[in-house]
Amino acid sequence: MDLNYTPEEDAFRAEVKAFLAEKLTPDLANKVAQGRELTKQDHDHWHATLNARGWLAGNWPAEYGGAAWDAVQRHIFEEECAMANAPRIVPFGLAMLGPVLQKFGNDAQKKHWLPRILNGDDWWCQGYSEPGAGSDLASLKTRAVRDGDHYIVNGQKTWTTLGQHANMIFCLVRTNPDVKAQEGISFLLIDMNTAGVEVRPIVLLDGSAEVNEVWLTNVRVPVENLVGDENKGWTYAKYLLTHERTNIAGVGFSTAGLEAVKRIARTEMAGGRPLIENPFFAARLAQVEIDLMAMAATNLRVISQAASGQAPGVESSMLKVKGTLIRQEINDLARRAAGPYALPFASEAMEETNDAIGPDYAATVTTRYLNNRKLSIYGGSNEVQRQIIAKTALGAMR
Amino acid sequence: MNFELTEERQMLQDTLRRFLRTCYTTEFRNGVIASDQGYSPKIWTDLAELGVIGALFNEDQGGFGGTGFDIATVFEELGRAGVVEPFLETGLLAGRLLNQQDMIDQIIAGQLQLAFAHAEPNSRYDLNDVSTLATMLANKIVLNGRKAVVANAEAADYLIISARESGDDISFFLVPRDTKGMKLQGYPMTDGGRAAEVILDDVTIDVTSRIGIPGQALNQIETTIAAATVALCAEALGLMETAIQLTIDYLGTRKQFGKPIGSFQALQHRMADMLIELEQVRSIVILAAGHLETAPNIRDRYVSAAKNLIGRVGRLVAEESIQMHGGIAMTEEYELAHIAKRIIMIDHKLGDTDYHLERFIALSA
Ligand SMILES: Cc1cc2nc3c(=O)[nH]c(=O)nc-3n(C[C@H](O)[C@H](O)[C@H](O)COP(=O)(O)OP(=O)(O)OC[C@H]3O[C@@H](n4cnc5c(N)ncnc54)[C@H](O)[C@@H]3O)c2cc1C
Repeated sequence: MDLNYTPEEDAFRAEVKAFLAEKLTPDLANKVAQGRELTKQDHDHWHATLNARGWLAGNWPAEYGGAAWDAVQRHIFEEECAMANAPRIVPFGLAMLGPVLQKFGNDAQKKHWLPRILNGDDWWCQGYSEPGAGSDLASLKTRAVRDGDHYIVNGQKTWTTLGQHANMIFCLVRTNPDVKAQEGISFLLIDMNTAGVEVRPIVLLDGSAEVNEVWLTNVRVPVENLVGDENKGWTYAKYLLTHERTNIAGVGFSTAGLEAVKRIARTEMAGGRPLIENPFFAARLAQVEIDLMAMAATNLRVISQAASGQAPGVESSMLKVKGTLIRQEINDLARRAAGPYALPFASEAMEETNDAIGPDYAATVTTRYLNNRKLSIYGGSNEVQRQIIAKTALGAMR
Repeated sequence: MNFELTEERQMLQDTLRRFLRTCYTTEFRNGVIASDQGYSPKIWTDLAELGVIGALFNEDQGGFGGTGFDIATVFEELGRAGVVEPFLETGLLAGRLLNQQDMIDQIIAGQLQLAFAHAEPNSRYDLNDVSTLATMLANKIVLNGRKAVVANAEAADYLIISARESGDDISFFLVPRDTKGMKLQGYPMTDGGRAAEVILDDVTIDVTSRIGIPGQALNQIETTIAAATVALCAEALGLMETAIQLTIDYLGTRKQFGKPIGSFQALQHRMADMLIELEQVRSIVILAAGHLETAPNIRDRYVSAAKNLIGRVGRLVAEESIQMHGGIAMTEEYELAHIAKRIIMIDHKLGDTDYHLERFIALSA
C-alpha cells in the first residue's frame, strides 16, 4: 500500500495546474462555476485551447494525435479541470466516437474523421435513444434500408444532447428486423445537413434547451459511413458505453461542488451565525464529505487497476451509482444553503440585465439541482446499474 | 374521534377537484406561467366564486370557514392541481393581517390582490429579523429598507410591509403599490408565479396606514405564518398525491424489455415506500391543521413537525417520481416537471426542513 502519487504524477499535476492558471480565463471559469449554459463558441474555444497543447484527447493513442495518458494521468487531468471550473470536454466525438473509430473504423474513416474531431471541424452528437428505446436500447426502431450505395434512414432519435450545435450524428439503426434485436443493429454516421434530418429542441424542467429530438425522414446516407460490419453495431455500441463510463464517478465535479457549497454556507447567515456553523447543516455537509472521501479512494483503486491493464467491471457501475448520488446530494445542499433566494427563476434572459436578485451564488442552485436529476437517469440509469451489480454477485437467477 | 371531513368541506373539496381537473390542465398552467402576469385573473375570479377565498375567513369576517381544516381542504386541492395563483399571499397571509372589513370583503370577492412584504435579504427564515425602519416625520411615517422575494408584489394593489418603529418593535403598514419611493424589481419564480425585490426609499405614508397596535406585529405575524405554513403543508400533500398518481399511471403504461416498467420489483418497492410516506404526510397535515387554533407553543410544535416531515418526504417523492419516469419527467411540458418543482420549492418557503427541525426541538424542550 502506498497512498501517494509518484513524483512523476505530482509533476504532471503541477503542469496541468500551471496550464489551467494560464489558459483558463476567469470569465469562462465563472460561467462554469455558476452552472450557466455555455455557448458553442465557449466549447469550441476551450477545445481549441486544449488541442493546441495536445491535451484535447487524453485517452487517444499518440498515432491519432492523442495524449496517450494512462488512467491515473487522465484522472489527474479531469480532477484539476473540474476543480478549476474548466468547461467539460464535450464527450461525443472525443470520448465516444473516437475510440470506436480507432478500434472498428476502416483506414479511410480514421483518416477522415479523427483529425476533424480534434480540429473542431465536426460537432458530433449521440443518436442512441428513441422514444420507445431507453433502458431497453436494443429495441430501437430507426430503420436503415440499403439502396445501391446508400442507406435510406427513417425514424426518430430523442434526448440528443447538444444536437442543436451538431453537424454530425452517430446513430444506431436497425438494418435487420428479422433477427434477435441485438443482432440487427448497425452503427451509422449521418451528416445532419442531409435532406430529411430535422432537429427539434426539448425544453427541460430547468428551462434549459440542451436536448433535442432528431427526426429522420428518408435520409440518404452513403454506405461508406457504416462503421465496421453491418448488423454488428451492438458490439460497437457497448464498446462505446464502456468509454462513456470513464470519469463516471465525477470526483472532480463533486469536490468543486462541495467547495462551492461551503462558500455559500460561510456567507449565508442563519439565526445570527454563518450557516456552516449550524449543527444541522454542518452534519449534512460532513456526511457528504465523508462519502466523497471514500468514493474518491474507491475511484483511485479502480483507476490504478485499470492503469495496470485490468478492465474495470462491475466497479464502474458502482462508481456510477455512488458518484451520481453524491453529486446530487451536493446539488441538494447548495439549494438548501441558498434559502429563500433559491426561489427566483434565473433564466438566461435575466442574466443579461445587471439587476442581480439576491446573492450571485444563489442564481443557479435550483436550476442545477433540477438539471442534475439527469445524472441518475442517463448513461445507463442507476436502476440498470444496480441490476448489473446484483447480477454479477448473484448470477442470472430465474 | 372522526377523521371525516364535514359535509360542507367535502362539498368544497369535490367542487374544487372537479373544476380544477377540467380547467387547470398542464397546457393551461404552462401558459399562465409563461405569461407576463404570472397568474390568470380569470381563474382567480372563478375560484373566488367557488368559495376558495371565502373558506379562508370566518363568519364574522364574511367568510364561511377560517379554521385549520378549512385551510387544509382548500390548499390540498390547489396543490393537487399545481395551481400557481397567489391564494397564499392574498387570501391567507395578507388577508389574515388586515382588519379593514371593506377590504376583506373585496378579497373574498376576488377583487383585490395583496402581498406580504416581510422577509429581507439576510433574514432567511427568521421572522424576527427585520431591519426595515419606520420613522415618524411630521405626522407621517417614512419607510426605508429592502424586502426580499415578495411573492405577488407586482400584481398587488397593496403591500403589507413590516418595519421596526422606535422602541425597536415591529409594526406593519398597508401601502398602495404605486406609492412614491417604492421600487419593485420583479422576476418569475421556479415553481410559477412572480415575486419581486421591494426597495423602500423614503416611502412616505400616512399614520393611518399602520395596521393594529404599534410595535405589536410579531405575535400576529407568527399566528398568520402558522396558518400559512399549514396551507403550504396541505398544498404539498396535494402535490405529492399528483406526483405519485402520475408515477403509478406511467409505471403501468411505459414498456421496456417487453413489459410495463411497473412489473420490475426494484420500482415496485420504491412505489410502496412513497405510498407509506404519503400516509405519514396526510396524518401530519391533519395534526397541524387540527392544532392551528391551540396555544402558540403547542400549535407551532405541530406546525414545525409537519413542515419538517413535508420537507423530507417531499424531496423523496419529487426525486423518486422523476427517477422512476426516466427522461420524460425532465421535460417542461410533462405535468410532473411543474409538480416536482413546486414540491421542492415549498422547502424554501416559511422555513426549510432543518429550520423546522431545530424549532421542533426547541419547542419540545
Ligand atoms: C438530459 C438527458 C440527456 C440525454 N442525452 C442523450 C444523448 O445525447 N444521446 C442518447 O442517445 N440518449 C441520451 N439520453 C437518454 C438516456 O440515455 C435515457 O434517458 C436512459 O437510457 C433512460 O431511458 P428512458 O428515459 O427512456 O427511461 P426508461 O428506460 O423508460 O426507464 C424508466 C424507469 O424505469 C427504470 N427501469 C428500466 N428498466 C428497468 C429494469 N429492468 N429494472 C428496474 N428498473 C428499470 C429506469 O431506471 C427508470 O427509472 C439523455 C437523457 C437525458 C435525461
